[in-house]
Amino acid sequence: MTVQAHELSKDYEYGFHDVDISVFRTEKGLSPEVVAAISDHKSEPAWMLKFRLKAYEHYVKRPMPTWGADLSGIDFDDIYYYVKPAGEQSRSWDDVPESIKNTFDRLGIPEAERKFLAGVSAQYDSEVVYHNIREDLEKLGVIFCDCDTGLRDHPEIFRKYFGTVIPPNDNKFAALNSAVWSGGSFVYVPAGVKVEVPLQAYFRINSDNMGQFERTLIIAEEGSSVHYIEGCTAPNYSSDSLHSAVVELIAHKGAKIRYTTIQNWSDNVYNLVTKRAIAHENATVEWVDGNLGSKVTMKYPAIYLMGEGAHGEVLSAAFAGPGQHQDAGAKCIHVAAHTTSNIVSRSISKGTGRTSYRGHIKVYPKAHDVRINVRCDALLLDEESQSDTYPYMDVNSPDVTVGHEASVSKVGEDQIFYLTSRGIDEQEATALIVNGFFEPFVKELPMEYAVELNRLLALSMEGSVG
Amino acid sequence: MTDHQALAADLVVDGLSVAVDGKEILRGVDLTVPAGEVHALMGPNGSGKSTLAYTLSGHPKYAVTGGTATFGGDDLLALPADARARLGLFLCFQYPTAIPGVTTVNFMRAALRAQGKEMPAREFIRRLNEEMAALRIDESFRARYINDGFSGGEKKRAEILQMAMLRPRLSILDETDSGLDVDALRTVANGVTRLAGPDMSVLVITHYPRILEYLKPDRVHILNQGRVILSGGPELATQIEREGYEPIIGPVAAEAGASRTSLTGVVAEAQA
Ligand SMILES: Nc1ncnc2c1ncn2[C@@H]1O[C@H](COP(=O)(O)OP(=O)(O)O)[C@@H](O)[C@H]1O
Ligand SMILES: [Mg+2]
Repeated sequence: MTVQAHELSKDYEYGFHDVDISVFRTEKGLSPEVVAAISDHKSEPAWMLKFRLKAYEHYVKRPMPTWGADLSGIDFDDIYYYVKPAGEQSRSWDDVPESIKNTFDRLGIPEAERKFLAGVSAQYDSEVVYHNIREDLEKLGVIFCDCDTGLRDHPEIFRKYFGTVIPPNDNKFAALNSAVWSGGSFVYVPAGVKVEVPLQAYFRINSDNMGQFERTLIIAEEGSSVHYIEGCTAPNYSSDSLHSAVVELIAHKGAKIRYTTIQNWSDNVYNLVTKRAIAHENATVEWVDGNLGSKVTMKYPAIYLMGEGAHGEVLSAAFAGPGQHQDAGAKCIHVAAHTTSNIVSRSISKGTGRTSYRGHIKVYPKAHDVRINVRCDALLLDEESQSDTYPYMDVNSPDVTVGHEASVSKVGEDQIFYLTSRGIDEQEATALIVNGFFEPFVKELPMEYAVELNRLLALSMEGSVG
Repeated sequence: MTDHQALAADLVVDGLSVAVDGKEILRGVDLTVPAGEVHALMGPNGSGKSTLAYTLSGHPKYAVTGGTATFGGDDLLALPADARARLGLFLCFQYPTAIPGVTTVNFMRAALRAQGKEMPAREFIRRLNEEMAALRIDESFRARYINDGFSGGEKKRAEILQMAMLRPRLSILDETDSGLDVDALRTVANGVTRLAGPDMSVLVITHYPRILEYLKPDRVHILNQGRVILSGGPELATQIEREGYEPIIGPVAAEAGASRTSLTGVVAEAQA
């Protein structure tokens, strides 16, 4: 088939695409047969096929969510649910098919791996085409592979945790992912092992009308720690793509997981992701979630604070350009006593872009000595840009300290004048103000990503002042 | 500095009229600051001093309704604010604006780059440290967000720091002295005198002659109700300190000017 590429929009530099080199794809649309074909193609055990088919039933039964962003543009019958690219998974970039390797070269992945990563996984459409982990970590028992490999090579750990944090009937898109999932990451960190440098996964959609349904499962055993980073891009096509991931994190006693996302989808992607973590006693889970690009994003990283002394952080930044809707937020569920959570959300809307913050805080009756802090700030760049906030709190314990602050502001004429009076032109002045607004988020990123994010922001800002 | 651009140039303001939100504030200001001189602009509250400063710097809110303003022969009024700064204009704000998330270091580097005055990182840090020490600004300010949570005095010092880093050809100081204690005033004034001279002219807007004891202006101009009504030597400042504005601008105008903030509506009506 030939792929019609949309003319590259000038502010999305990852909009290039490769020729179609898929070797296997299911027919368009979804049915039990398609689900079975995926499972069969992957030679999965029977329990997984059963799991998928059951999830498919949930998916069919559940209505489309109507409480959030507008999803009416998704044509579920016009989507390829599984597209396998050429080549086998490889541990060496040399063995990755040339055109795929070029893609990741252009995205700077192999170079980043050499410089500062402990492991890299690269997913292209439905399958991971490359993954590698530093040998020293492997020797310590750290597992970092795609979820299909996890299922095949580490069946016991995998089955023990898979689908336990986000059950298939959790919501329509979690059900969809559970039915057709492919790729993603499986990370296991043994007790006491601290992975000091980040593991990175890279997700790339190349085909048009494509659904990418990666599945990620991270388990940090007692006293261990890990930082996982994911980045996402896709070409600009005239037709829409769907990205619907499920991410499950389990932080055991005293463990720490940080999960950083720099999403930079092209603006034809519906990005509907379910992310949820369980934090046991004295564990820490941090979601650092940066959302640029996409047509619509719905994503509310959640933390269930199940053990005493657990701590959760959700730090998010969203940028909605013209025509985009970033519907993001956070969910912290305090089940145990002495638990704390901190939510910081920053969002920017430009042109007709819209950002929404949706927060959900729940404190169970027995959870005493709970501290919660929520702060969300929105910045509007134009008259027609929009931002809205839907904070929801359900506090059933008397011994809770809650801080909540929210603000909506516009880029001030006085701020622009102040910067331009120092010789900085208006466009750069706006970019500085925007970068400054995201600073609390950016400073949490490893330096290389901070630089990259600021650069992407500057690109998204181009032409925004007239 | 030896290159030609660095040398100060003449500021010539001729018949400048300015309106804000449709209300005329400057009504034909005539003012010349020859290259390398220090001039003071004084006048009661609300007489239009800040308006003149903002207008010369290119604030989009101030609409020029008549007259001209040139710097070194270049038509200032035809240029946006950033281009004026690149010509060498610098405004020390009366109320500097906070830019959260933008550190002093990043801001200074961006401004220097924009003005074509970029320098190697090492030299930049060395110079920044030197200037900060001279102005008694704590090192921690390098990483602080510009004007964010600064006290009044800290903001004024930070303005002078920017001036020292950017080396403008003309500095307009808008009440840089107000709100400073005696020691801070001396530090800030030294920061200005060090640069004032053939490379940098100064237009210092003030209420109080005290800063002028340090800056020693060549000329003093009195602005009232949007016009320069009197110009003279440094002795004019001393006279104002002794006798106030009344002998110069008349009792009613002086009163009205002095209580402008609380009587804005009434006065505006009376003037209409
Ligand atoms: N941005 C503005 N919007 C409305 N009125 C203004 C503005 N700036 C100045 N003015 C008015 O213009 C007059 C002169 O103000 P200003 O230039 O600040 O005086 P000064 O600096 O001499 O005290 C005052 O009446 C003031 O209220
Ligand atoms: Mg003033």
